[in-house]
Amino acid sequence: MIKLTTPLTEEKIKDLKMGDNLLLTGTIYTARDAAHERLIRLMEKGKKLPIELKDQIIYYVGPSPAKPGRVIGAAGPTTSYRMDPYTPKLLDVGLKGMIGKGDRGKEVVESIVKNKAVYFVAIGGVAALLSKCIKEAEVVVYEDLGSEAIRRLKVEDLPLIVAIDSKGNNLYEIGRRMYLEKAEDNAYLD
Amino acid sequence: MRRIECKDIISAIKKACMDANYYIPEDLVSTLKKRYEEETWPMAKNILERIKENIEIAKKEEIPLCQDTGMVSVFVEIGQDVQVTGGSLEEAINEGVRQGYMEGYLRKSVVKDPLNRINTNDNTPAVISYRIVPGNKFKMLIAPKGFGSENMSRLKMLKPADGVQGVKDFVIETVERAGANPCPPIIVGVGIGGTFDKVASLSKKALLRPLGERNKDEFYKDLEEELFYKINKLGIGPQGFGGKTTALAVNIETYPTHIAGLPVAVNINCHVARYKEVEL
Repeated sequence: MIKLTTPLTEEKIKDLKMGDNLLLTGTIYTARDAAHERLIRLMEKGKKLPIELKDQIIYYVGPSPAKPGRVIGAAGPTTSYRMDPYTPKLLDVGLKGMIGKGDRGKEVVESIVKNKAVYFVAIGGVAALLSKCIKEAEVVVYEDLGSEAIRRLKVEDLPLIVAIDSKGNNLYEIGRRMYLEKAEDNAYLD
Repeated sequence: MRRIECKDIISAIKKACMDANYYIPEDLVSTLKKRYEEETWPMAKNILERIKENIEIAKKEEIPLCQDTGMVSVFVEIGQDVQVTGGSLEEAINEGVRQGYMEGYLRKSVVKDPLNRINTNDNTPAVISYRIVPGNKFKMLIAPKGFGSENMSRLKMLKPADGVQGVKDFVIETVERAGANPCPPIIVGVGIGGTFDKVASLSKKALLRPLGERNKDEFYKDLEEELFYKINKLGIGPQGFGGKTTALAVNIETYPTHIAGLPVAVNINCHVARYKEVEL
């Protein structure tokens, strides 16, 4: 199993290939719909962003509240395509990785290639399991957004899959095609 | 006349919201286990294994299976010989949701207005539907559902001439377009007939049928099986990375319709298909 640490430099990204299973350790940021919208609005006004994005990873997650004594509640990925309109703009200012679930649009894939970035997938709906890899969590900004606030997370061995690598190879297209070509017994009746 | 107190409704809803988000129904656990054993594609098998692990962790530690603890649908079946006392039934249901989501550390995912989007901060209101039936029973089916899968659901008013082929094409096309987004393996609820609004609720109702239970009508049972076969043949697989486990079930519910129409709705549910039934 590949072990990856943050920050996510181009050197590290170069070795990541579509379909790789890996364990991520280090600091990442959370942001989903509402936080993305605010970041982009700041950029449009030419203002400084509240977080430095260079070589960083954004995790698309809106965690459930932490129970007493816990760092965070359930924390699995949300569907990524909703962030597609914003992602290329963030990649252009240095963001190197995104963690989410589901396929990305053409423009995002092109921007990933152009900026030598990577799109990771965490398994959707296994939020209790993923929460155990989060060791620290603190709100950085946009506390008013509640679950959607931008948080800084310290993760340890967070299990991820490389869905789109820096060459633009896309597991959503290729994985399924490979299965359909290779699997003989690819369906069953109940 | 049988009396049911609002305070009992509140505590039943509260507990059901928490239980539904921590524990998956047994029929789903056993179906996932069976699919895991039958899956041969390595990536798919690995994902199904994680899904099974997640179910164990959520249960043991009483934390939500998924961070999207959903918007709550409540289906109430009230016997006509039942009288609800001590307040408003609708307020009692919403109070139960409020308490369940606050005390259960569940995510508050509801905004008060669809365009102005201010969070209500207590996950209310629920979407409630009532059915009055003979007798003195009082049943509630509580189903919190995430929006990853809700967003992939579709409705179409087909022409009668489109017939069963039109229905099949629409269902398959909807699952194909949804791809990885609704967190496969999915459950596919199909509503056919009724009116524009009725068909949507039929498709949601279809999702709440216990897994493995087929439509009682032979024609629709066969249609369910055919669609199940064809959907799994698509090869989308768990999380969309290929595999034979795309759907865990296809359930169809129907209702009489108008001579000029053939409404069809497809409501998709993720593998964290939550519901809890309570009877008071």
